[in-house]
Amino acid sequence: MKIIVCVKQVLDTAAAIQIDNRRVVSPGSPRIINPYDEFAIEEAVRIKEKKPDTEITILSLGPECFKDSIKKALAMGADKAVHLMDPKFDGLDSYAIGSIFMRYIKNIPFDLILCGRQAVDVDLAQTGPILATFLGIPFVTVVTGIEFSDDFKQTKITRQVEGGAEIRELELPLLLTCQKGLNEPRLPSLKGIMAAKKKEIITLSGADLGIEENAFSMDDNRVEEVNLSLPLERKKGIILEGSDDEIGSNLVRLLRDEEKII
Amino acid sequence: MSGEQILGVVVEHDLEGIKPVSFEVINAARKLADQVSGKVIVFCLGFNEEGAADLFIRSGADEVRFLNHPDLKTYIHENYAFALTKEFEKIPVDYLFLPATILGKELSAVLSAQLGVGVATDCIGVSFLRGDEVEAVRPVSSGKALATIRFKGKKPFILTLRPNIFRDSEPSLSRVGEIFKEDIQLPDFSIQAQKLVKRVGTHLDIAEARIVVSGGLGMQGPENFKLLEELAEVLGGAVGASRPVVDNGWREYSNQVGQTGRTVSPDLYFACGISGSVQHLAGMSSSRCIVAINTDSNAPIFSVADYGIVGDALKVIPVLTREFRKTLSS
Repeated sequence: MKIIVCVKQVLDTAAAIQIDNRRVVSPGSPRIINPYDEFAIEEAVRIKEKKPDTEITILSLGPECFKDSIKKALAMGADKAVHLMDPKFDGLDSYAIGSIFMRYIKNIPFDLILCGRQAVDVDLAQTGPILATFLGIPFVTVVTGIEFSDDFKQTKITRQVEGGAEIRELELPLLLTCQKGLNEPRLPSLKGIMAAKKKEIITLSGADLGIEENAFSMDDNRVEEVNLSLPLERKKGIILEGSDDEIGSNLVRLLRDEEKII
Repeated sequence: MSGEQILGVVVEHDLEGIKPVSFEVINAARKLADQVSGKVIVFCLGFNEEGAADLFIRSGADEVRFLNHPDLKTYIHENYAFALTKEFEKIPVDYLFLPATILGKELSAVLSAQLGVGVATDCIGVSFLRGDEVEAVRPVSSGKALATIRFKGKKPFILTLRPNIFRDSEPSLSRVGEIFKEDIQLPDFSIQAQKLVKRVGTHLDIAEARIVVSGGLGMQGPENFKLLEELAEVLGGAVGASRPVVDNGWREYSNQVGQTGRTVSPDLYFACGISGSVQHLAGMSSSRCIVAINTDSNAPIFSVADYGIVGDALKVIPVLTREFRKTLSS
């Protein structure tokens, strides 16, 4: 089986942020693999453990620093990586990024594409389903369970919906976006880290993908970010004091009479 | 400004009927339409129950279009996207609104790819600037920052709206609107074998609940979440959890509030025994009113709380449950 895992690098979720020149910054904070993409990598490695003739390719689009996450994905057990890197890819919207991934993937054989359910920086949840639609393959988003038939051609997919779950049966090829709960991602082992040093990372520019010079410009983005701001700070609250009983009746009164919530 | 603006809304339904968030989305579209004398058209796929049209019209629809086909009874994105793109060939929708649910976000992505149009996910504010240009505000990094966006290029521009934000209009009993019902054709997508086997469990979802009662490690064990369930039941709310609680296996992941879980904006959020990590605060600090209960008076959760109680959640919660029950039953 040939599996492609799409991986994005993001700011550590523990980082507090500032805004500088309409960009999120957090000086000194580490960059990590997008947490949902880690579930995708882990799932691919688990499939390979069950079906050893599986080949896992990491596919990532971003600047040079993304190599850190690509190397970690290789150390977790992926076989090779393709890094799409070009200054003109900076700041593109999901539609454009989906199109660029499609340009690369349409020319290579694959059975399964795994993505995270969304990137925790832009929080859009768009690139995966857009890519599947461009490729004309079925997809399921927010997946919490993947089971294969004995011949690895049929799948039974569990996905989360609000207040419940759905189970779908699909044939490969397909694209899945992975949700927490699917698995517990492993930490790369020392052996994995050493092995990763020998694994191939292919870097491709727009020109390498046959993308015309004037295609994909931020000016063509369908959604334009005109401002980025920090949320307003909440007004300072009050600490309720007294016995538990006094606090209880006081809070109920405040929520009813002042806040008018209950 | 070019002609009358058409604001489309796709409503969502499940086994229990039309999802309440759908009415919020119709409300929001109505308010916007009133700014530009626009028209609100509700698209309702595979659900044709008596009375639904009246509810949509009272919430602000000028026109309700029921599209019927046996394969539309449950949401399958291929079928929904096909039916809607056919509709947009007939009706020049300028803005399309969907709830920012898992299904709404997914469908918006498919429509974006098929129609070549832009999508703004999870909007918490939408307004017309001048003429017919819309500006939307959406949280990024789970609400650590807010992005203001505008659309360019082909229409319809698609916006998914976060539940619990656009809720304040009262339905109007005197509103009137037109109703269309159409049996439509669908291609057979079964070659793709996307068969819905079953949908399991439906209960109030934390992102849609008006009141969320969340517990952290300060609850000391999974058995004590019963206290939070009791409080949530009295208030008609849902129970959430912090990430360490979920990682310990005390609660299901679907209840996790925070940057790698769910982002919630209820009217009232109780943080019980939650210290308030950066990730947790990102997921809940857009709630209207926050009550924090924690033994540590220096816990970061108190920096976002409207009402703080320094104390043991295990002792305080039963008192609150009793007081709320007393007030609500009187």
